Amino acid sequence: MQRLLSTDNLVRIALFAASSTSVVIVALIFAFLFREAFPFLRDPGVGELAGTRWMPTSMQRQSFGVLPLITGSLLVTFLASLLAVPFGICGAVYISEVARPVEREFLKPFVEILAGIPSVVLGFFGLVAVVPLVKSVFHLGSGLSALSAAVVLGLMALPTIISISEDAIRGVPDAYREASLALGANRITTIWRVVVPAALPGITAAVMLGFGRVIGETMGVMMVSGNAAQIAFSPFESVRTMTATIAAEMGEVVFGGVHYRALFCVGLLLLAATFALNMIAQRVMKRYQNR
Amino acid sequence: MVTIQAPTRQPHLQPDPADRAQVAIRNMSMFYGPVQALIDITMDMPASRVTALIGPSGCGKSTLLRTLNRMNDIIPGTRIVGEVRIDGDDIFAPGADVTALRRKVGMVFQKPNPFPKTIFDNVAYGPRINGIRDRGRLADIVERSLIRAAIWDEVKDRVNQSALALSGGQQQRLCIARALAVDPEILLMDEPTSALDPRSTGRIEELITQLRREYTIIIVTHNMQQAARVSDITGFLYEGRLIEVGDTDRLFTAPKVKQTEDYITGRFG
Repeated sequence: MQRLLSTDNLVRIALFAASSTSVVIVALIFAFLFREAFPFLRDPGVGELAGTRWMPTSMQRQSFGVLPLITGSLLVTFLASLLAVPFGICGAVYISEVARPVEREFLKPFVEILAGIPSVVLGFFGLVAVVPLVKSVFHLGSGLSALSAAVVLGLMALPTIISISEDAIRGVPDAYREASLALGANRITTIWRVVVPAALPGITAAVMLGFGRVIGETMGVMMVSGNAAQIAFSPFESVRTMTATIAAEMGEVVFGGVHYRALFCVGLLLLAATFALNMIAQRVMKRYQNR
Repeated sequence: MVTIQAPTRQPHLQPDPADRAQVAIRNMSMFYGPVQALIDITMDMPASRVTALIGPSGCGKSTLLRTLNRMNDIIPGTRIVGEVRIDGDDIFAPGADVTALRRKVGMVFQKPNPFPKTIFDNVAYGPRINGIRDRGRLADIVERSLIRAAIWDEVKDRVNQSALALSGGQQQRLCIARALAVDPEILLMDEPTSALDPRSTGRIEELITQLRREYTIIIVTHNMQQAARVSDITGFLYEGRLIEVGDTDRLFTAPKVKQTEDYITGRFG
C-alpha cells in the first residue's frame, strides 16, 4: 500500500490516465455508435443498407439504402481532392522551396488562418460566391451541386495538405538537392525530380489527412451541395453526403426508431472510413520517418 | 568591388611544363558576406592529373573546391573577386552557363548522397535531365558508368533496387558513377572517404588512380597519407591562403615553407 501510493507511482498513474484519454474516448465512441446501430443491423438487416434509395420518411415504404450517400460523399471527396491536391502540393513546394523568407513569413500565417476558419463561414462563402459562379460558368439550373461542395471542401483540405506536405518537403536532406544541382540540374528540375519524389511518403500522408478532413466535413458541404439523396456521377448534380444526412435528419427522428438507428449506421460507416484513412496516413508517415 | 589584399607571398608554382593547366585560378578571393574565406588564391590544376587540397579544418579547401563548379552560388551572400578559368573560359563571367559548367565539372560529396531511387535511376538521372529518353541508350550509359566506378559487378543483378540498401562504400562508388554518367572532364571530390571504413576507402583510392587517366581530378582531403597516395600535385591551404603548391612527392619530402612542414609533420592541424 505504501509503495502503491508513493508520489512516483501517483504521478505515473495520473500521466498514464491523461495520455490514454483519447484512446478510451475513441473506443467509447465506437462502442456507443455500435450499440445504437446494432438493432438496425439485426432487424431490417445489413441488406437494407445496401439499397440504392434513401427514403427514411416515405409513407409507402421506408428505405434506408446508404449507397446514394456513400456515392455522394465519394464524388464530393474525389472532386475536392482533384482541386486541393495539385494546389496544395504546388503551394507547399512554393512555400518551402521557392519563396524568399519574407514571402514565407507572410504566406504561412495565412495558411494557418484558412485552417482556422469555421466551416459554416466557408459555407457562406460557398453559397454567395461559389454557387453562383458554378451556375453561370456551366449554365446550370442551380449551382447547388457536387462541384460547389467540392470547391468549398477543397478550401478546407488545402491548409492540411499544404502544411504537412511542406514539413515533408523541408525534411528532404539538402544533400539530395546539392547532388542534383551538381549534376547540372536547375532548381525546378531538382524540385520535381528529386525533392518531391523524396518527400512523397509525407505528401501522401498529407493528402490522406486532407481526405479525412473532407469526408468528415459537414456544415460547409450541406450548405452548397443541394442535398438530393441520389446516386450521381456528374459534378453538376446535386448530391447528399453521409455527414450532411446525419446533421440534417438527426433532429427530427424518433429517438430509438428505425430511422434513428439507420443514422447511427451511417455514422459508424463514416467513423470507420476516417479511422482507416488516419491509420493509413500514420503508417505511411512512420515508414517515411524510419527511412 | 573590394580591394584585394596585397599578396604576402606567392606560392611556389611549379607545374610540369608538359601539363596543360585545365583549371587556372588567378588572384581569386571569396567572401561569405563580410567574411573572407579565400584570400588571393593563384593555382593551376593540370589536366589528367590528381590535385589534392590539404589543410586543417576550416582552411578553405572545400570552399575552394566548391568555387570550381560554382556550388557556393547556393549560399546567399557569396562573392568572388579574381578569376577562375576552366579550359580558358572564365566561369564567373557574366552570363556564364552554370548548368554547362556543372556538367563538365562533376562532384562527389563528403557523405555518400544517392537519391532515394533505384540504382539505375540514380545513374540515369544526369543523362535524363540532359534529355536522353531512350531506354537502351540509358541502359548503356548506366552500365558503362557503373563499370568505370568499379561497382558494376556488385550491383549488376539489382540495378532496380533502392540505392539506399547499398553499403556506405558502395553508395559512394554509385555517386561516382552518377557523376561520370554525364561525361564530365573534371571530377571534384570533397573528402570522399571521410565517412567510410578503411577497406571502402582503399577501394575508392584505387578507383581514383584508375580514373586519373581519363579525368582531371581535384580531391579535398584532411588525410595527408591519402593525398600522398593518390595525388600528383598537392596544395596546402591555411586560413584561406594557399601556402604552398607543388608535386606531391616533393611537397611531402621537402616542403619549402615552414607552415607546410609543420602541418605535414603533424605539429598542428
